[in-house]
Order: sequence, then C-alpha cells, then structure tokens
Amino acid sequence: MTAVPSAAGRAASRPAGPGMWRLASLHTRYQFLETIRVPVAVIGNMLFPALAMFFFVVPQAAVADDPLAATSAVGQLAVFAVMSTCLFTYGLGVAEERAQPFDPYLRTLPAGAGPQMAGRVVNGGVFALLGLVPLVLIGRLFTAATVTGGQFAAGVGAILAVALPFLLLGMAFGYSLSAKAALAVVQATLFPLAFAGGLFLPPKMFPVWLDAFSQALPSRAGRDLMVQALTGQPAYALAVPVLAAWAVLFAALAVWAYRRDQGRRFR
Amino acid sequence: MTRMTDAIVEVVGVTRSFGDTLALDDVSLVVRPGELVGLLGPNGAGKTTLLSLVTGLRKPDSGTVRIFGGNPREPANRVLLGTTPQETGLPPTLTVGEIVDFIAGHYPDPMPRAEVLERFGLGDLARRQAGGLSGGQGRRLAVALALVGRPRLVLLDEPTTGLDVEARHILWQALRDYHADGATVVVTSHYLEEIEALAERVVVFGAGKVLADDALATVLARVTMRRVTVTLRGAPDDEVATLPGVVGMARDGDRFQLLVSDADDLVRALVLDRVPFAGLEVRGASLEEAFLALTSQSLPTERVMS
Repeated sequence: MTAVPSAAGRAASRPAGPGMWRLASLHTRYQFLETIRVPVAVIGNMLFPALAMFFFVVPQAAVADDPLAATSAVGQLAVFAVMSTCLFTYGLGVAEERAQPFDPYLRTLPAGAGPQMAGRVVNGGVFALLGLVPLVLIGRLFTAATVTGGQFAAGVGAILAVALPFLLLGMAFGYSLSAKAALAVVQATLFPLAFAGGLFLPPKMFPVWLDAFSQALPSRAGRDLMVQALTGQPAYALAVPVLAAWAVLFAALAVWAYRRDQGRRFR
Repeated sequence: MTRMTDAIVEVVGVTRSFGDTLALDDVSLVVRPGELVGLLGPNGAGKTTLLSLVTGLRKPDSGTVRIFGGNPREPANRVLLGTTPQETGLPPTLTVGEIVDFIAGHYPDPMPRAEVLERFGLGDLARRQAGGLSGGQGRRLAVALALVGRPRLVLLDEPTTGLDVEARHILWQALRDYHADGATVVVTSHYLEEIEALAERVVVFGAGKVLADDALATVLARVTMRRVTVTLRGAPDDEVATLPGVVGMARDGDRFQLLVSDADDLVRALVLDRVPFAGLEVRGASLEEAFLALTSQSLPTERVMS
C-alpha cells in the first residue's frame, strides 16, 4: 500500500493473477456445472449403452450367462459409450462454444487458452467415465460378467487410452465445423465406426473380409484392447500400432483445426 | 520515457485489415490514467477492431498496441483490464452469482459478489439462471462482469445497445461511479447520446481513421448538424456552397440537400439576402451524415464567418 508515484513503480506493482492450477480447476468446475445443468445430455450419454446392454445382451442367455462373452459385451459397449461421449462433447460441444460470443470474451480475461482446454479434457474424461456407471452396474447385476480388481483397474486404464484418439477426432470436428455440420458429421462417423469396429456385434460374427477391414479401425483396436484388459483374451497383434497411428493422425488434424480456428478468430 | 509508460493504452501507428477491408489505417491513440474516452463512429468505422486489439483478441498487422506498458496478448498484462461479453453470450445454465464468481476467480482481488450486483441493480437476481434474464438484465450483468476484477482500465463496446431508457441510465450511472473511483474508461458507441452522457474526451472514427480527437464539447459542435432541403431556382453550386455553415451539398435539379452546422444561421442569411427559396425543410442530420461530412473535408465549402 505504499504510494509510488513514478510510472515504473506503477508497472512493478501490477498484481499477479491466480496461478495456472487455480485457473484450470476454476474452468473445470464451471464447465462441469454448465454440463450437469442440462441433465438430458448427461443422461443421454448414460442411457444408450445401458439400454443396449439391457435389451441385446441381458436377454441372450448364451451371452449373459457366459462370463467371458458377457464381460466382452460390457467392454465393447463401454468403448462405444466413451467414443460417443468424446465425439459429442468435443465435436458438437466445441463447435457450439465457438459460436457463442462468451468464448472470445473469456479470451480477454487474464488467462490464456490453457485453463479452458484443461477443463474440457478433464470434463470429457469425467463424463465419459460417468456414462459407464449404469452399463457396468447392469453387467454386474444381470449378467455373468465379472472382473478381478486388477482387470477392473486395467479396464479403466484401457478405456482412458482408447478415449484419446476419439477425443482428438472430436476436437478436429469441433474446431473445423459449424455446430450443425458437426452434429451430422459426428453421427455419420459414430455409428458406422461402432458397427464396423465390433461394438454392437462381436467381430467373431463378421464375415472374413469385414473382420480384416475392421482391424484397421480405431474402434476395433480399442474394443480388442479393452476386452483384453478385462478378460485377458489377447487382442490382435496390430491393435496397439493401429490405435496409436489413428491417435497421431487425429492429433495432427486436431492441431491443424485448432490453429486454423484460432488464426481466423484471434489473429 | 516517463510519459509513454504513464499511458494506460498506447496505440502507435496501427494498421489492421481483414482480407481486402482496411479496418484500421495507421491509427495512433494514447489514453492516460483517469480519462473517460468515447470512441464514436458509424458501424464499420474500426472501433470494434481497435478494441479487439487492445483486449488482446487480435494482433495488428503493423504498429504496436500496449496496455499498462505491456503487450495485451500476454494474459498477465490483462489482469487490470475489464471488458464485457455480448449479452447474448452469457452461459444460459449458470446463475448470475455463479457467472460473477467464475469471472472473479480470474483476478487477484475481485469485488465481492454482492457489491458487483448492487452496483448494477442486480441484487435480487443472484440465483437466477442467465438464460432467464431479460435483455436489460443480461446487458447489465455483462457490463458488471467488466468491473468484477477491479480493473484500472474498462473497455466497453456498445454497452447499452438495445436497452430501454431506465436500464441505460442505471448503466451509465454505474460507469460514472466507477470512473469516479479512479478508473480509466473507454466506451464505443454509435449513439451520440451515449457518448454525451459518458465521455469527457471523444475520438471520432471513420473508415479506419481517427477523424477527430478532442474534448466532448468541441467534437459535439462539429458533429451536431442539420440537414436542410430547399429549392433555390437557378442558383449556381459555388454560391450555395458559400452560404453560412454549409459543410456538405448535393443537388437534384433546383432541389438542394445541404448539411449545415447551424440551420438558423443559414435561414437568416437566405432571408436577409432575399434569396428566392421555396420548400424549406430542416431536420437533424444523422451522425452518419455528420461523419461523412467530417470525412469529406475536401468539399469546396469556404465558410463565411459571421
């Protein structure tokens, strides 16, 4: 509170704002609040995989009563749920946010783009995992699906790794498309990718050609790695390289789309 | 040296274009501590572009922009800056109180929530979701957000566009109070009334350039003009142009459209000189017309001094 009349004194006394951690957690909290206030979006994420489990897996005794098949079914629907959350949250969500005048306003606050981005990633992960809760409960209560503690932990790790390429793909959509276009593109991507990746029907029911094609897809690679984590059934040899290659490609797309968008709006 | 770092806002030789459009053409502007500056000009004159440079949203193509002696693109240099979102952009699912707290969280010493809401007559609305606010309430909240961090520099782009008279006066009073506490305030508007109510110094923009930069009263005298329509049979252009106060002229046959600084003077001259005029109409010229007159100073209009 000492009065420093000189200009230099004034510049030096400019207060420092909150640190990066405080800002990131601030953005994370308020983004969480914003999302949770639209329960339809949150429930929608939880509902579809849970319903698919309930109607297509639980009634089929051949699957539901077989621990291996039932656990695999939970795994592949979990991959679908996470893929869906990532594509919708980042694809549609980012495209919508970009259209709001509040977004450029946030850029005038004494925080860079970092805290907002951190909030997005954390919230994507939180809502993806939340979306899995009913699915896992149904698997546990109504089927023979079962995992050891170690397999459960491996499954959580696998699902987060599988989420990464889809998170990046979602961002690539969100930063390059309008909200309307993003919705259409996300839907047109999600369902074919999920079907061909064996997330609805297990790949062992595929014809040979589809099975071969499927192994090149990130959804199939993710599914097999998830099933491996949960049941110990080994994924095909190229699953990790395929998933990693898609992650690299989607990362490049996301960075390109982000830079292009920032260049248009903030240069 | 001391003088330059003393400036709150320092814009030197700034040019910025968007594609083929030159939004700012070699603009320089210095705002010093405690000033209350109005940026006046028609839409597309470059005011909003200038603010986007000063708030760090965009970069100039050439020239330098500084706030508090630093680059506004650096987040740390914006800690004493307060600005406002467009009202339509408030997150609809958050409550008024939550939005205030969220913005407050970005600053080292924010105003308490109650004080912010009190200043803008929003005290009863803390628990209301932003999506449920009326246009005027949303606008007041948007401007309130500019003050949450106790900024020393407040930049507001068209703060009261679309507001009713009462809401506009609440807002103006809040801004005058905040300025009286020692802050520097810069407001853009294309309403003369708003600039008259708020600004002490006025900078007039037109086509990306600073047309005038002076005390409010001086600029007012230059931009409050009348449009006079009158038939002057067979009068030559150069004679009409030298009538008192004429700063702009257009003719269609014998019908003249004149832009004049003082319509009374003009009419007095027409009568005293026994000029045979007919169909005299006088109305206020729009700001747009006044700006155009300011830009086209190359018109052959020798002023006759009274």
